[in-house]
Amino acid sequence: MGAVAGLVSRRHREVPALDCVSFTIEPGELVGYIGPNGAGKSTTIKVLSGILVPDGGTVTVLGRVPWRERVAHVARIGVVFGQRTQLLWDLPVVESFDLLREIYRTDRDEHARARAELTELLDLGPLLDTPARQLSLGQRMRCDLAASLLHAPDILFLDEPTIGLDATSKLAVRDFVKRLNRERGTTVILTTHDLDDVEALCSRVIVIGKGRILSDGSLEQLRSGVTRERWLLVDLEDETAPVSDPDATLIRRDGRRACLRFDPERVPAAALIARISAAHRIGDLLLQPPPIDEVVARLYEKLL
Amino acid sequence: MRPYLAILSARFRALLQYRAAAVAGFGTQLVWGLIRMMIFDAFYASSAATQPLSREHAVTYVWLGQALFAMLPIQVDADVRNLVRSGSVAYELLRPVDLYGLWYARALAARTAPTILRAVPMFVVAGIFFGLEAPPSLGAGLGWLATLAGALLVGCAFMTLCTVLLVWTVSGDGLARWAPQVTYVLSGMVLPIPFFPAWARPVVEALPFRGMVDVPARIYVGDIQDPLRELGLQLGWTFALVILGRFLLGRAVQRLEIQGG
Repeated sequence: MGAVAGLVSRRHREVPALDCVSFTIEPGELVGYIGPNGAGKSTTIKVLSGILVPDGGTVTVLGRVPWRERVAHVARIGVVFGQRTQLLWDLPVVESFDLLREIYRTDRDEHARARAELTELLDLGPLLDTPARQLSLGQRMRCDLAASLLHAPDILFLDEPTIGLDATSKLAVRDFVKRLNRERGTTVILTTHDLDDVEALCSRVIVIGKGRILSDGSLEQLRSGVTRERWLLVDLEDETAPVSDPDATLIRRDGRRACLRFDPERVPAAALIARISAAHRIGDLLLQPPPIDEVVARLYEKLL
Repeated sequence: MRPYLAILSARFRALLQYRAAAVAGFGTQLVWGLIRMMIFDAFYASSAATQPLSREHAVTYVWLGQALFAMLPIQVDADVRNLVRSGSVAYELLRPVDLYGLWYARALAARTAPTILRAVPMFVVAGIFFGLEAPPSLGAGLGWLATLAGALLVGCAFMTLCTVLLVWTVSGDGLARWAPQVTYVLSGMVLPIPFFPAWARPVVEALPFRGMVDVPARIYVGDIQDPLRELGLQLGWTFALVILGRFLLGRAVQRLEIQGG
């Protein structure tokens, strides 16, 4: 009925997409920008890249207000939207690159150098003469990354660059982004739902939800801000032995492996391990912080 | 100019990828031309009254329209339409070029590339077999070339305006269906403007659409003797449509919604 009702009367409700979002990013940082769907990640990227004009507030990127000096601003940034391509659909990839050279008015030698470098780093050699429509998603993403970097931008915005990619392609994209940041000093702002991307790449994570910043800092800070708990993985010799401890909760049990959750303020890890190894014969032990997915999911839950 | 020329050439190369489409387009235009020619034959055979255009001129007019059909702005460019619908229009705004200029160049490319591919064979075939005559004088030929360029400019200005309006709607389908019908009828593509009823002609002749087909065709056959005045009108309309398009685009960019997150 919703669509039919929309035909007769439409009610509008004002939803602030971003509210009191404030941060500063230094040159050369590699920042993860995460949040649940609809949190305002893409909106932020669009404002920062100058294609969306906010109703209020101030934004300065590389000394410019993006939407006021759009042309000068976009010449210095690169953007990849993982769900969209900027390649010419019907033409070989290399022709898209040539067109971009003209659009960015890049010097011919500089373009050739950048292209050769990116071709090598992203292993594009065999793809250059293929029309974009014949590329697989992973190949297309590598070509899109190269396309956004041909003009050697100072800042690279990556909006879900690993979405839908297989494991190998994800690793290739991550390795490349890491090298780009380290070797060229390009500032990278990355939005993603794949927290492995963040864990592998980002020294700093900004978490946003319902248009507001929930957390801003290193992954460790994010973790400790949400929870202090630790996970203890124990491999028991006896598959059937029940494991329990008054200061820990059993989360999972897969055959010999038991996973326990505990608060190190209540019981030191050493004490817990001592108690469990006294009660059971233990093959192996592993102590770790809760996985980042778990931490972030808990942070998002607080939003609801 | 460099970026705009590059867009033009990329479009041209993309089009060459689809040779079958070019052949099919040529075939369609040929069949339509023959049908329209037969209608005019029947019309002239059944009427004794003096008509505003001679049969020979009407036939040449028809074939000029068919040969240059791809130049007529009757279709909002599919690629720009897809850009808006899918939200990839964001990438357009990320280019360090004037957006209106970029879209005008796209419109220009979308008109000229297929026209060049199809017009040449059509002139040859219709000239040899179907009564497309050469212009009566060198002056008429030059006037035709000049107003043909004018037709291209005004057509692209209209097309770019449609593209800009597309940004204001979600899917743009309504506009994409409406614009062609108007252009199709008012340009003289269905019926040469001299055949329009007397009450409609002042209005139709004041509009920009007539400059897209009727003006160059009638200068070609020698029916209009004053190409400079017509060229002035075409350029005046081009200017007005560009100003309007630029104004609306400036407003649109301030409130642009990018579809799909």
